[in-house]
Amino acid sequence: MSEHIVQLKVYVTIFLALLVGTALTVMAGLHDFPGKLNVIIALTIAVVKATLVVLYFMHVRYSSRLIWVVFTSALFWLVILFALTFSDYWTRCWLPVC
Amino acid sequence: MKAFETFETPSAARVNYINAEYGLKSWLLTRDHKRIALLYLGSISFFFFIGGLYAMFIRLELLTPQGDLLASTTYNKVFTQHGIIMIFFFLIPSIPATLGNFLVPLMIGAKDLAFPRINLLSWYIYLLGGIITIYALLAGGVDTGWTFYAPYSTTFSNSYVIAAGLGIFVSGFSSILTGLNFIVTIHTMRAPGMTWFRLPLFIWAHYATSLVMILGTPVVAITILLLAFERVAHVGIFDPAAGGDPVLFQHLFWFYSHPAVYIMVLPSMGVVSELIANFSRKNIFGYKFVAFSSLAIAVFGFLVWGHHLFVASQSVYAGMIFSFLSFAVAIPSAIKVFNWTATLYKGSISYDTPMLYALGFIGLFTVGGMTGLFLAALAVDVHVSDTYFIVAHFHYIMVGGALFGYLGGLHYWWPKISGRMYPEGWGRFSALVIFVGFNLTFLPQFVAGYLGMPRRYHAYPPEFQVFNVLSSAGASILGVGFLIPMIYLVWSMRYGKLAEANPWHLPGLEWRTASPPPTENFLATPVVTWEAYEFAPVEEMRVIGKFRDEEV
Ligand code: HEM
Ligand SMILES: [Cu+2]
Repeated sequence: MSEHIVQLKVYVTIFLALLVGTALTVMAGLHDFPGKLNVIIALTIAVVKATLVVLYFMHVRYSSRLIWVVFTSALFWLVILFALTFSDYWTRCWLPVC
Repeated sequence: MKAFETFETPSAARVNYINAEYGLKSWLLTRDHKRIALLYLGSISFFFFIGGLYAMFIRLELLTPQGDLLASTTYNKVFTQHGIIMIFFFLIPSIPATLGNFLVPLMIGAKDLAFPRINLLSWYIYLLGGIITIYALLAGGVDTGWTFYAPYSTTFSNSYVIAAGLGIFVSGFSSILTGLNFIVTIHTMRAPGMTWFRLPLFIWAHYATSLVMILGTPVVAITILLLAFERVAHVGIFDPAAGGDPVLFQHLFWFYSHPAVYIMVLPSMGVVSELIANFSRKNIFGYKFVAFSSLAIAVFGFLVWGHHLFVASQSVYAGMIFSFLSFAVAIPSAIKVFNWTATLYKGSISYDTPMLYALGFIGLFTVGGMTGLFLAALAVDVHVSDTYFIVAHFHYIMVGGALFGYLGGLHYWWPKISGRMYPEGWGRFSALVIFVGFNLTFLPQFVAGYLGMPRRYHAYPPEFQVFNVLSSAGASILGVGFLIPMIYLVWSMRYGKLAEANPWHLPGLEWRTASPPPTENFLATPVVTWEAYEFAPVEEMRVIGKFRDEEV
């Protein structure tokens, strides 16, 4: 678990990338895409940004395997939350009464 | 056996964690896990008392069918605040923050938790959350039910929803910090020889509970935050008119709150495992099954939350999945119940107060768990959802289960915590009073609920009165039952018989140091060479006893 010193340049680059992501989100928000594309685009940008924060700002990229285990299990729990919630949303209209 | 039965003479005069330092500051700035446990003990007892006062008003109102004592709006606040306080400020912290804090290091042979400062911080965060919540109550109260369902909480309720939510949000962090501390401590600070499968089952239960605290609590925090956003800015997360969905609130809320019921009951199961093995003087039947069933409960407990949404317009297909998974999650709990019962078989059982609570737990938790299965059956739930049947179900588990375990554990470890014995006769008597009072309070609620009495109303049709009178009578017995231990435990701190190091003659590590323990718990690092619940006298125990002898 040696302390990894991250260069300032990396932080600045990531910060700029996050700003670009924010700008993209705003721009996408002002534009109406066809169908479900609105949600997909917004969520894609958000996931990319979150990944950058986790990997660089939270140092997960430079961390020990234990940290990865902890992080992955948190992610797995998020998957549980989404999967079972969508077992509701995606099947609501399978019955003709919807 | 003798060798370690007598290795330490009782002595309140010897330096221990209580008299090591004096003054308010020595308590408020302490990093000793044992003192922090006592700080928590004081604060959760305070909240238990407040929650109990609200319960008294509920039972008084329901004595008669007319809504005569409290206006309906007041009644809504009373049951909401009863629930919020009892769940978030009493039951969730109860065992982990008091008994767990005190015993996790002692039982694994460590000097303290891994992060003593964070431990103290967790208490301050808990207090801050408590103060915010008390502010919410005094400012005007909150009336949404402890479940805060949208859209009532986001749009219509005219009460202090955000303040109450903030209190829960803040106190959640104390829960996360406690869980974090336990996990790191159990991983890294076990004494030499204390392998995973030599851990007392209390430790396994706390490990599992900590997982739930860490993985679940952030979700309820975010949910409360979203609720506040929605209430203030109407961002449209839970409002269909703005593209949201009110049922999403229930999904998010129960993703935490079903596992939270296991935060309440798992530590209690850990206590009961200790009590059953130790008061039968037998190794627990199927140690590994009991240990792993705690982990199984922690993990599978996250997969069943949708059983709270069966009548909330959740898709019936999701309902089937959640119903199936809910039946599955009952298996590990049943494993525990069967293994405890098998442990009793041919054991040399003594009926001291803690054991009475443990036996009570087994029976009452079984009733609670079995009625949970009724509720998890899709069709039955349509009939009993939102009736008093639900209220009876969860009180059987949260009071008959979680609280009984807490009281049993408190009595069992009281000699270690306070250095004094509690009065055994009063202990047994009050355990019986509580058992009788509890059943008289909640058994009639099953019937009333099954016959159709809805929950959360201040008035009800007169045909339900007989059940409510029984219930209110039971509640007054129960209230007296709780007061008795409160009085004699405080009394015993000064006047109780001095406790030996090992008053129950047991092998666990916590009994191999003085009562009360010194600040550093053990004067030398213990080396563990025995299995958990190994009652036979062994040479190695004497070695441990020896260094204690020398110290005296
Ligand atoms: C292990 C400890 C348990 C605790 C502490 C507990 C606690 C609770 C609580 C607090 C509620 C009511 C929530 C509310 O609406 O205010 C509840 C409802 C429910 N419980 Fe449990 N429960 C436990 C075990 C179980 C089990 C094992 C099952 C089934 C396998 C179960 C099935 C249900 C169902 C289906 C409901 C919803 C009923 C409805 O609202 O219609 N519970 N439980
Ligand atoms: Cu549940």
